[in-house]
Amino acid sequence: MFELFEHKADIGVRGYGSTLAEAFEECAKAMFSVMVNIFNVRAKEEILVEVKATNLEELLVEWLNVLLSEASLREMFFSEFEVEIANENKQFRLFGKARGEKIDKKRHSIDVEVKGATYSQLKVERKNNGFLAQCVVDV
Amino acid sequence: MNLEKIDDFHWRIPVQGNMRVPGRIVANESIVGMLREEFNKNPEWNSLNQIKNVAALPGIQRYSLALADVHCGYGAPIGSVTAMDLDEGVITFGSIGFDINCGVRTLRTPLQEKHLEGKKELLAEQLFEKIPAGLGSTGKLKLSESAIDEVLALGAEYAVKQGFGFKDDLKFTELEGKTENAEPGNVSLKAKQRQFKQIGTLGSGNHYLEVQVVEEIFDADAAKAFGLFSGQILVSIHCGSRALGHQIGMDYLKELGEATKKYGIKINDKELVCAPIKSIEGEKYFSAVSAGINCAFANRQVLAHLTREVFCNVLGLSEREIETLYDVGHNTAKIEVHEVEGERKELMVQRKGSTRGFGPGRKEIPEKYHTVGQPILVGGTMGTHSYILAGTEKGMIEVFGSGVHGAGRKMSRHAAIRQFRGEQIALELKEKGIIVKAHSLKGTAEEAPSAYKDIDSVVSVMHSSGLNKKVARLKPIITVKG
Repeated sequence: MFELFEHKADIGVRGYGSTLAEAFEECAKAMFSVMVNIFNVRAKEEILVEVKATNLEELLVEWLNVLLSEASLREMFFSEFEVEIANENKQFRLFGKARGEKIDKKRHSIDVEVKGATYSQLKVERKNNGFLAQCVVDV
Repeated sequence: MNLEKIDDFHWRIPVQGNMRVPGRIVANESIVGMLREEFNKNPEWNSLNQIKNVAALPGIQRYSLALADVHCGYGAPIGSVTAMDLDEGVITFGSIGFDINCGVRTLRTPLQEKHLEGKKELLAEQLFEKIPAGLGSTGKLKLSESAIDEVLALGAEYAVKQGFGFKDDLKFTELEGKTENAEPGNVSLKAKQRQFKQIGTLGSGNHYLEVQVVEEIFDADAAKAFGLFSGQILVSIHCGSRALGHQIGMDYLKELGEATKKYGIKINDKELVCAPIKSIEGEKYFSAVSAGINCAFANRQVLAHLTREVFCNVLGLSEREIETLYDVGHNTAKIEVHEVEGERKELMVQRKGSTRGFGPGRKEIPEKYHTVGQPILVGGTMGTHSYILAGTEKGMIEVFGSGVHGAGRKMSRHAAIRQFRGEQIALELKEKGIIVKAHSLKGTAEEAPSAYKDIDSVVSVMHSSGLNKKVARLKPIITVKG
């Protein structure tokens, strides 16, 4: 499950999951939902990414930012994500897959561009029986 | 929050905790009221705390400064000016942000509103069609890797060399459209690749192109120097360094995080990650930011020329009749000479959502404007006024020669979407005689006029305090948005 939350100048993106990986996947969906109606974005092409960080919060920002870069480079939107997170000697490593398709101005209902994921209201934590991953994105 | 009133337009946050200098806010009672309310509602995340956090950075000079359009940002508030000593100071991501050298270019035409009669809709349609805007749009200029390095080194000059505009445009651009501090080698390949097709695109969010009418002149001498007359048609373009700037931000957010640890700099907010100005990391970031500054200048130069072409096609003007009035950048770091404690010294001034606004006589401003000061182009929002101000002597002394950049948000995007509908807003503005052409209706709702502070009040604080001078008020007639 994902949702957007209030922020004065920009907008917050939040993902929930039964696992940490799922919360990261849902947070990515939240971020792309700021830009486009992701339910119209077909999973036609898949890309692989890998990021690392020394803690989970930074890992989330890295994950979201690498998706923004790749989407912009390839002129694509992503709508489906698969994440694996490994903890190796105090270093977190994320292997991710993102699926989507080329931007189609006619078919996609496009909103605003996200410039970057920020450290504001950045949280990765246990919530009830699962996990929550969130931050504010600069639009 | 301990906030002391100095006079009608100045407030001070006295040094407390690990602050090295006081905070200073240029405001009025109503703006200060909003800041207090924000502080009480969001104890963790508010402009007043951000001003305090910036005041704790090493090497900061005089005070941590916020102008009348201040609102909460990342690390440093939007509407802030941070002046740093070159030896002791740091360069921080928080005081520059993702949208490097986002700014405003204003073009002057010889036309009056009456000349647009019967052609306004066509002009709006043509601008909407010819100015690439919105997420996923691409520019006319497709660059190779070596060409992008030239853009980053040469700024607006590159665009002029490619036939987008004239040398005179450069004369009337801050830094003549190019900072010499750029080092394209310090910008990642990814940042460059993301920009290949984005030169000459407007972007989305709060970026726009607007056709405006000079509604009122406040200062006849300055208006004359700036070539303004009542009823005149102007065009303002608000945009930045696009994907390249965003990627520089992402890349250096991480690198500066490591530098902050390496140099043992204590920061109160993670977004204030920084490096000493005189360190390898600091120099590298500054040169990358400078490359981003050049990229934004080139971008606005191309957009200005595309606009020119549309005006020529629709209204039968010649290209030379549309001149650059000025081009100012927000979100920058620049080396400037200012007076500190009676001594003139070189500082690095980091402006976030504020512009340079030098007073009369400074050698950095075009000769034509020498006696009246630098134009400060203050963008309104859709449907509200914009202003042209000028820098003053007092502004040089008190706010490091800086000016406001806009109204500043007061309502979140989320709240704006809940409250407004894009179609409705476009319709309401149409009734007021303003044509809105937007790629995203949701984006239009997010940028609804009432989601922003009252620009008239922000400008009046800057004028009454003598820090900026009102020259002219503009009203919009066509708005093109991403």
